[in-house]
Amino acid sequence: MKQKEETLLEIHDLSVSFRMYGQGLEQEELRVISDLHLTVHPGEIVAIAGSSGSGKSLLASAILGILPDNATVRGHLHYKGEELTAERQRQLRGKEIALVPQSVAFLDPLMKVGKQADGHVKPRPVEKRKSLFRRLELPEKTEQFYPFQLSGGMARRVLVSTALLVDAQLVIADEPTPGMSLNQALEALKLFREMADEGRAVILITHDIDLAFAFADRIAVFYAGTTVETAPASDFQKGPDALRHPYSKALWSALPQNGFTPIDGFQPYAGNLPEGCLFAPRCPYKKPECERAVPPVREVRGGEVRCYCSV
Amino acid sequence: MKKINHRTRIVILTVMMTVLLVAVYALGAMIPDRAVAGSFLNASKPPSWEHPFGTDALGRDLLMRTLKGLAVSMTIGLCASLISAGIAVLVGIGAAIGSSHVDGVINWLIDLVMGVPHTVLVILISFAMGRGLKGLLIGIAATHWCSLARLIRGEVLQLRSQQYVAISRKLGKSGGWILVHHLLPHLIPQFFVGLILMFPHAILHEASVSFLGFGLSPEEPAIGIILSESMRYLSTGMWWSAVLPGLTLVLLVLLMDQIGEYLRKILDPYTAQE
Amino acid sequence: MALEAKNIYFRYDKRLPWIFQDFSLSVDKGERLAVFAPSGYGKTTLAMLLAGFLTPRKGEILLNDEPLPRKGICPVQLIFQHPEKAINPRWRLKRVLEESGGLREDLLDAFGIERAWLERFPRELSGGELQRFCLMRALQSGAEYLICDEISTMLDVITQAQIWNVVLAEAAKCHMGIIAVTHNRHLAGRIATRTVDLAEESHKAIPSL
Repeated sequence: MKQKEETLLEIHDLSVSFRMYGQGLEQEELRVISDLHLTVHPGEIVAIAGSSGSGKSLLASAILGILPDNATVRGHLHYKGEELTAERQRQLRGKEIALVPQSVAFLDPLMKVGKQADGHVKPRPVEKRKSLFRRLELPEKTEQFYPFQLSGGMARRVLVSTALLVDAQLVIADEPTPGMSLNQALEALKLFREMADEGRAVILITHDIDLAFAFADRIAVFYAGTTVETAPASDFQKGPDALRHPYSKALWSALPQNGFTPIDGFQPYAGNLPEGCLFAPRCPYKKPECERAVPPVREVRGGEVRCYCSV
Repeated sequence: MKKINHRTRIVILTVMMTVLLVAVYALGAMIPDRAVAGSFLNASKPPSWEHPFGTDALGRDLLMRTLKGLAVSMTIGLCASLISAGIAVLVGIGAAIGSSHVDGVINWLIDLVMGVPHTVLVILISFAMGRGLKGLLIGIAATHWCSLARLIRGEVLQLRSQQYVAISRKLGKSGGWILVHHLLPHLIPQFFVGLILMFPHAILHEASVSFLGFGLSPEEPAIGIILSESMRYLSTGMWWSAVLPGLTLVLLVLLMDQIGEYLRKILDPYTAQE
Repeated sequence: MALEAKNIYFRYDKRLPWIFQDFSLSVDKGERLAVFAPSGYGKTTLAMLLAGFLTPRKGEILLNDEPLPRKGICPVQLIFQHPEKAINPRWRLKRVLEESGGLREDLLDAFGIERAWLERFPRELSGGELQRFCLMRALQSGAEYLICDEISTMLDVITQAQIWNVVLAEAAKCHMGIIAVTHNRHLAGRIATRTVDLAEESHKAIPSL
C-alpha cells in the first residue's frame, strides 16, 4: 500500500500565465493556471476534472516543461522529492514521465505508426507493442500505417500505446478516450489501472466527470485554472455532504443523475480573474475574506480543499 | 520604463522602412529633368561629393538618374502588382467556389504560367503587346498572380468548409452574402501580404527585362536601362556606373521584402504571439 | 407534423463502408428524442443528415412530408459540439446573434448572457459561454426542430445543466422538437421523452476500424 509521505509528484502554488497581444499593440497577461496544488502518489490514478478549454492541458505541458515561449511559470514542482528543474524535465520527459497528448497532431506524419510507437526504446519493444495493439483492438497492419491513415480513435490508441511502451513512472493522459469505442476506452483505462497497480502513477486529465468517477482513486476538481478540491473518488459517489468545496457540491447537484440543478454564473475569464477565491463570485457561502485573498490549501476529512469555509 | 514589446518593435521598423521607401519614391518623382541633363565637361567622373554615384559617359549625374529610375520602376511595379493581386483574388475565389471543371482549368492555367520562367514569359508578352510601358505592365501583371491565387484558393476552400459558413447557409444567407461577410474579410491580410511580397518581384522583372532591351525604351530613365548602358563602359573601368545603381536596386528590393515578411509575421496567427 | 429520416443510406465515399443502411427515424413536433450511442456509431453523421448538412445517398429526410427547404431559413437547426468552430472568429458576438435576426431580450436573460459580452470577440469567451450564443442564434431563427450534437460534452456539468434547462423550457414554450445526440445515458434520461440506441439498431453502423 502507498505510504502517506511518499509522493511521486508534488505541485505547489503553480501558476502559468501567457503574454498575449490583444487587438492592438498592448500585451495582456492571461493567467490560465492559478495557485494549483496537486500531489500524486505511486500506485494511484489521479483524475483532473474540469471543463474543456479551462487550461488543464497546460498543466501537462507545465509538468513536462514544454510550454511555449510566451508563457511564464511560477510555483514549485517536485518529482520524487527533488525540485523539477527545466534540466530535469528535459531528462525525464519521454522516459520517466510520459505524455498521452490530446491532439493527434503530436504524431510524426512521416513515420510509420509502429516504428513511432517504439520510440527511442532500445531494443525495440516489438513484442510488447504488438500485445498492446492487440489489447487496444488495433489490427496487426496498423503498424505499417502512416498517421494520416488513422481515424481519431485509432490515433488515440496509438498514442496510449506509445506512452505505455516507455515504462514511465508517471503517465499524464490528456483526454485519452474520445473517439474510442466503449470497449477500447475500458481497455485503455484498464491498462492504466494495471500500471498504477505496479506502483507507478497516472494523471488522467478529462472533461468527462463520469469517467473520472469510475477509474480514478482521487479526483482533483479543476475550476478556472486551479484545483479547488482533491478528494477520494468514493466521496463523489456518497454525495454533497462528503465533499468539501462548494463548487464540488454544486458539480454534484448539477449532474444529470443527481438533480440537474445548476447554480448561477460562469467560470471567470482568464484575463479577468477575481482577487481572492476564484469561486467567490458564485459561492453561496461567501464570506468577506473570500474576496480579499486566495484561501490556503487545507486538509479536511482526508481531502485537500482551498476554501475558508469548508469543515 | 515600459519595455517595448516585440510587436511594437516590428510595427515601428515596418513604418520606418515604409517611410524610407516612400521618400525614395518621392525624391525620384520630384527630380526635374534638368538634373539629369548631360554635360560633357562632367563625363565619366568617379564618385565624389558633388556626384556621390559619379557620372555616366554622357556626364549625367548617376545618383539622380538612379533615383528617378527607381521611381519609374516602382510605379510600374506597384501598378503591375495591384493588377496581378486583383487577378489572383478573382481567380483564386473562382477556383474555390466554381465547379470542379472551373477549378481544373484554373489549376492547369496556374501550372502552365508557373512552369515557364517568368522572365521569358514577361519578354514574350511584353514584346507581343508592343513593348514600352504598356507591354511591360501587361507582361508583369499577367505572370505574377499565380502563387497568390493558389494561396487564396486554398484559404477559401478551407473557409468554405467551416461550420459557421454552413450554419450561415442554413440561416438563409445567400452565397454572395456569405462571400462578402464571412470569406472576404479573412482574405484581406493574405491579399496585402501577397501584394507587398509581389512588389519587389515585379520591380526586379521590370529591371531585368528593360536591361535585356525588351522593356522600356532607352530614353526612359529606368533602372534596367541605366544598368544596361553601364555594361558598355564597364570595360573602360567605370565600375561605379554599374555597381552603385545595382546595389541601390538590391537594397530597395530587400527592404520591400522585409516589410512583407514583417507584415506576414504580425498577421499570421501562428507567429503573432512570438 | 414530424421530422423523418426515411430509409436512408449514407457513406462518405464509395470506397468506405456504409454508415447507415435503410435507416429510418421519426420525431414528432414537441417530442424530445435522445439518440444514444458510444463513439464510432455515426451519431454526428446522423445529426448532419437530419439537419440537411449532408445528403443521404439514398432515401430522404422529410419535414412534414416535404424535403427540407434548400433556400431561406431552415426550420431544422443544428448545434455542434465545438461552439468555437461554429462562430466566425472575426465577428463580435452581437453580429453573431444578429445573423439570425434581432436580439431576443428574453433569451439573453434566460441564458444569462451579460450585455458586455455582445461587444466581445469569440476568443475572449469560454466554450460554455459561446455555446449559449450558438443556441440562442438557432432558437432566434424560429426553428421547429433543434438537433443537438453532443452540445454539452465539452462543458462542465454546471454549464451543461444551465443550458439544457433553458433549451428545455424554450422547447416546451414553442412546442419544438428536439433530437439530442449524446453518449451520456444519464443526460439522455434527463432530457428526453424517448431514447434510441444506435448500437442496438439492426441496421447499425459499422464501428470505426
